[in-house]
Amino acid sequence: MLAALISVLTTTGIVISLLEETIVFFGDVSLSDFLFGTDWSPAIQPASFGVLPLVSGTLLVSLVAMLVATPLGLGAAIYLAEYARPSVRKTIKPILELLAGVPTIVFGYFALTFFTPEVLRGLFGFDVAIFNGLAGGIIVGFLIIPTVASISEDAMSAVPQSLREGSFGLGASKLQTTLRVVFPAALSGIVASLVLAMSRAVGETMVVLIASGLVAQWGVNLGQPMETMTAYIGTTAKGDIATGTIAFKTVFAVGMTLFVITLILNLFSIRFVRKYRQVYE
Amino acid sequence: MSAHAEAIGRTSGSRRAKDLVFQLAMFVCLGLAIGLLVVLLVDVAVDGAGNLTWDFVSNFTSISADQAGIQAALWGTIWLMGVCALFIIPVGVLTAIYLEEYADGTKWYNRLVEVNIQNLAAVPSIVYGILGLAFLVRGPVELGPLGTGDPTILAGGLTLGLLVLPVVIIAAREAIRAVPPSIREGSMALGATQWQTIRRQVLPAAVPGIATGVILALARAIGETAPLIVVGAVTVAAFNPSGLGDIFTAMPIQIFDWISRPSSDANNYQPLAAAGILLLMILLLLMNSVAIWLRNRYEQKW
Amino acid sequence: MPDQHVTEHKDRQEEEETTGLRRPLGVRATEGTAPAVDGARREQAKPREAVFELRDVKVSYGPKPAVQGVTFDIGRNEITALIGASGCGKSTLIRCLNRMNDLIPTARVEGEVLYHGQDLYAREVDAVEVRKRIGMVFQKPNPFPKSIYDNIAFGPRVLGMKGNMDDLVEQALTHAALWDEVKDRLKTNAFGMSGGQQQRLCIARCLAVEPDVILMDEPCSALDPISTGKIEDLMMDLKREYSIVIVTHNMQQAARVSDKTAFFTVELDDEEHRSGRVVEFDDTDKIFTNPSDSRTEAYVTGKVG
Repeated sequence: MLAALISVLTTTGIVISLLEETIVFFGDVSLSDFLFGTDWSPAIQPASFGVLPLVSGTLLVSLVAMLVATPLGLGAAIYLAEYARPSVRKTIKPILELLAGVPTIVFGYFALTFFTPEVLRGLFGFDVAIFNGLAGGIIVGFLIIPTVASISEDAMSAVPQSLREGSFGLGASKLQTTLRVVFPAALSGIVASLVLAMSRAVGETMVVLIASGLVAQWGVNLGQPMETMTAYIGTTAKGDIATGTIAFKTVFAVGMTLFVITLILNLFSIRFVRKYRQVYE
Repeated sequence: MSAHAEAIGRTSGSRRAKDLVFQLAMFVCLGLAIGLLVVLLVDVAVDGAGNLTWDFVSNFTSISADQAGIQAALWGTIWLMGVCALFIIPVGVLTAIYLEEYADGTKWYNRLVEVNIQNLAAVPSIVYGILGLAFLVRGPVELGPLGTGDPTILAGGLTLGLLVLPVVIIAAREAIRAVPPSIREGSMALGATQWQTIRRQVLPAAVPGIATGVILALARAIGETAPLIVVGAVTVAAFNPSGLGDIFTAMPIQIFDWISRPSSDANNYQPLAAAGILLLMILLLLMNSVAIWLRNRYEQKW
Repeated sequence: MPDQHVTEHKDRQEEEETTGLRRPLGVRATEGTAPAVDGARREQAKPREAVFELRDVKVSYGPKPAVQGVTFDIGRNEITALIGASGCGKSTLIRCLNRMNDLIPTARVEGEVLYHGQDLYAREVDAVEVRKRIGMVFQKPNPFPKSIYDNIAFGPRVLGMKGNMDDLVEQALTHAALWDEVKDRLKTNAFGMSGGQQQRLCIARCLAVEPDVILMDEPCSALDPISTGKIEDLMMDLKREYSIVIVTHNMQQAARVSDKTAFFTVELDDEEHRSGRVVEFDDTDKIFTNPSDSRTEAYVTGKVG
């Protein structure tokens, strides 16, 4: 019983630690300045604490990531669940799980040293800075594909064969059966996978820290550096800053914002699944 | 019904084309997804293979790229994993036992614990770093030597442990749940207490599943960079850790450092980073293989 | 009643002998073409048209046959029952009739399956079109997790059928004796219905695509007796417009509803492998009161299960 409490303590700990410093932070900086300000420059004088550039950086990168991961992940899942032979499926699924375990720093390395120079600039000829938001977004997208694919595939495989047979029996083609019967039936699992993937994208640190740079941009220029909330925390909190400084507190304020966003996403995912989970009996 | 006397015709060409195009498109999606990941791994391997020498493993990091090595980071990682494992195994297993065997699922506080675990599994890893920084390094539970507030291996290991604890709990619960009630009933019918039943029948049967879960949790922890950055792992350590209270570095941190350093012609750090990644991936591959082997070898079919 | 159904073969044989011409299947004999060999009888008897002709059909999953030696006709506007113990290949056979066995990679069909005279398994035949004309109702009701309306509308939509969808849905549900019960809740989820209603929904769904034949694979085995009775009544009603083939475990049901019955049995070959075979095919009355084969008799009198 005691051991179980540790998990509760952890959550409490997270909330308290974040909250405490955040509250102190808001003693110095007004809440509206923080939430609605568009200039993030806490380190230079005069300091400005508008968090929106960081939030927009996070959201833009996550959006690009989802644009990559949704079609590729769902496509892969549909192929594995409906078209692939059982032997193919049995080998590919574990490979996907293994790929899901590749540390994010590896992706960061790849984004900076290969993707931006060779693919974005080389293959496509885009005129992007060496640190840019696009590379970060796309690579985070590839990072989360296994999440989307794995969970969506499970959801579609769980659709009973009798439903497919009923559809075929009426004269529907495989394409029609897959898109109009199986996919809608598995929808709650599929949406859950997408929300979970988005949550991961939002919380992802290393890829964007390495590949997207540290300039908080209030804009949509993906070809330029774009700092996310996570990158800010990672670069500021390197353990060198002294407790009590305003810079230290910004880490907690931004951390709190991040925590709240992912919490909302996760709660939404759980509620959605519970409401729309298909019971086939 | 003369319509039915008509012969059934060929499959419509356009429909067949649509079906095929769709199937091809889905296959391309799968191909791209796996393909890029393969390209990534090959790229890293190519970049780093040349550097993965014994010197590399035995040297400490240095400004001079030719002489830099990963020894301190390697040992740091090993120590961290040790602390992490020592934390997650008892806490994770006990929590799982409590939730599966003792807890009444309808009581609010038990449901709270369950919801908690679900939420914690999805919290970004960097937030765990903040937690570790606030509580374990600087805050109430200061674990630095002499309360100096320095980041220690203990703090780092525990932070990672908290991060991956949900993985262990979920895996352990599944392993315990998989043991059929008939085993429990048989034991209790012979007069054993619940705890004896758990200790002597259920747990031993669940060990392979739990071990797999622990290994997978460690495999996740070993590659985590962000929490360690925040907790304060150092990047220039020319020594191996000798105690829990020491400051430390770890492989992902070292790799990150090498990636971030501007490279010049004299000192190119990128291949070092690649070599470090390669070593990390090899370790990961080993761990995953052990986990899969364990799962296959000891998987019990009831 | 069996007297009114003159077997197709005798008919055509007589005709062929007298006129020297072979009348193609599916073409009705009109007054002018057939000579009045037995004018009186011809005027009162309807010529029996075969919807399916099965000639020595054998189905295998992999190397071993699951059912073999199947030879009989399925008549237009009749209910044909396939009976026999478990495992004698009745379901396997019925799934041949709408090419559902295509979905199983190892399945192989040999012999002739003619539908209105056309080889169902010819290379150029479109399996999707086959299933539009030959519908199927399954053992366990399998409505889609959609509304009642969308369940019925699914077939017409994917097949591109023209017409007012509301009317189509109402017609199908009326045909399936379900309209009155659900007309006020068409948009509710199909799973909210009872098992019997769900099965009638599946029948309605099948009717919505305007088939020629309805195959039913043990449609009542998952239902209670009252629902079963309703569906049996429905079947008797439907046979006026459609041809029905039903697999059933329930002998009494076969006796109640069907016009013709095929009795299947299981054989063991040298290597202890089981396969099914049709032992006898005849008018239902005859099968149940005076079967020709001893195995049939043993089954229908309950001596063997």
